[in-house]
Amino acid sequence: MNYVADVRALARKDLLLELRARDTLPAMLLFVVATFVVFHFSLPAHSSQLAASGLLWVAIVFTALLGLGRAFVPEREQHVLDGLVLAPCDRSAIWLAKGIATFAFLGAAEVVALPVFALFFHGIGIATVAAVVLADVGICAVGTFLGAMAVATRARDLLLPLLFLPLAIPIVVGGVGASVVSSPGRYIWFLALYDVVFGVLCWATFEYVVTE
Amino acid sequence: MGRSYRIPLPALAAASLALVTLALVLVFYVAPNDASQGFSQRIFYFHVSIALTAYACFGAGAWKALRHLWKRDPRADLESYVAVHQGVIFGSLVLLTGSIWAKISWGHWWLWSEDELVLFLVLFLFYAAYFMLRFSVDPGPQRANFSAVYALFGVVLIPVSFLAIRIAKSFVHPQVFTLHGPNFGGWMLVTYCVAQIAMLVFAHTLYRVELVGKRIDARLRELRLG
Repeated sequence: MNYVADVRALARKDLLLELRARDTLPAMLLFVVATFVVFHFSLPAHSSQLAASGLLWVAIVFTALLGLGRAFVPEREQHVLDGLVLAPCDRSAIWLAKGIATFAFLGAAEVVALPVFALFFHGIGIATVAAVVLADVGICAVGTFLGAMAVATRARDLLLPLLFLPLAIPIVVGGVGASVVSSPGRYIWFLALYDVVFGVLCWATFEYVVTE
Repeated sequence: MGRSYRIPLPALAAASLALVTLALVLVFYVAPNDASQGFSQRIFYFHVSIALTAYACFGAGAWKALRHLWKRDPRADLESYVAVHQGVIFGSLVLLTGSIWAKISWGHWWLWSEDELVLFLVLFLFYAAYFMLRFSVDPGPQRANFSAVYALFGVVLIPVSFLAIRIAKSFVHPQVFTLHGPNFGGWMLVTYCVAQIAMLVFAHTLYRVELVGKRIDARLRELRLG
């Protein structure tokens, strides 16, 4: 299908750029590990394991923000977006491809971050891993969308966290819930619901973000 | 400027003044004291009606945003912005009245166990970012599109956040206003309905006043440039 080919080509471009330039992923990795070290010293001795589980989600959201802030920088600096908008493809393909690339970076960062968290703090269950994957989908869908908007404004990098954090609160609720309760089912479902609802909304409205 | 079937603004202003006065009289002199919460429960007539009015404003903002994106209605962008602006004003009042009630009932200005307060805090942060976004883009079609899309995100965020806060909390909200409960009937119901209508009419009046002002501003700017 044409749409799939467009998305694949665009996502491949982003992954290839990262593979050659390597400016986002190492930064995310270093950031998330440094955050864990800061968290270790910000948790007083004998504080519960639950607190550390909560902080894991803070680290994930902020690491994602770091990656999302970079997502549209090449497009802005080299005026790639103008070319993409002129290309005869569906505009939502731009969002989907960028989302997939960001998901790949975030996932790669977490493949390192979650074992490091387990090493520094405490073990992680399968429910937490499932919640992280679902949360990543939501973070990348909404974050990429807002990143495309923020990059076109005067405030740029300043604006993305302000736009993103209120929308990330439900993700944090679902993620922390899935990590700390004994029956995490409904939190996992909630994250899936969030992904579907906001995924569809972003997909349907992205066209208006990149066109005048 | 206004369409012919619209209620004239002075009439609307007079109606909202009369309704708000009536609501105040009913709330303070007619409605009976709540059996368990006493006099302080009366703030709920305003708290709840202001909250629903704020939702109505956000909903109207999103509806106008949809009209902008879908039908390319040239007036919808400004209307959407003004509705969201009114929503933020009423939303701040929800935070204020909720805090007062929490202080009187539990001795704390802020309670995380209070669903609606937390939800309005999230919405307040979200819509404050709406203004940051809007005023960070030059006026024009792009600003209108960004604002409209973000306003649509808002109405989707309301139920999602509500669900999130519900499943996140540990205490149970005291359900004073279950509309079918035995503690809600007669004059209480009448008072609540009047307060609700008064707030909606008041919000609509403010919306129309702000819209007229903004349109005159825009027209003046056009004349100066032209």
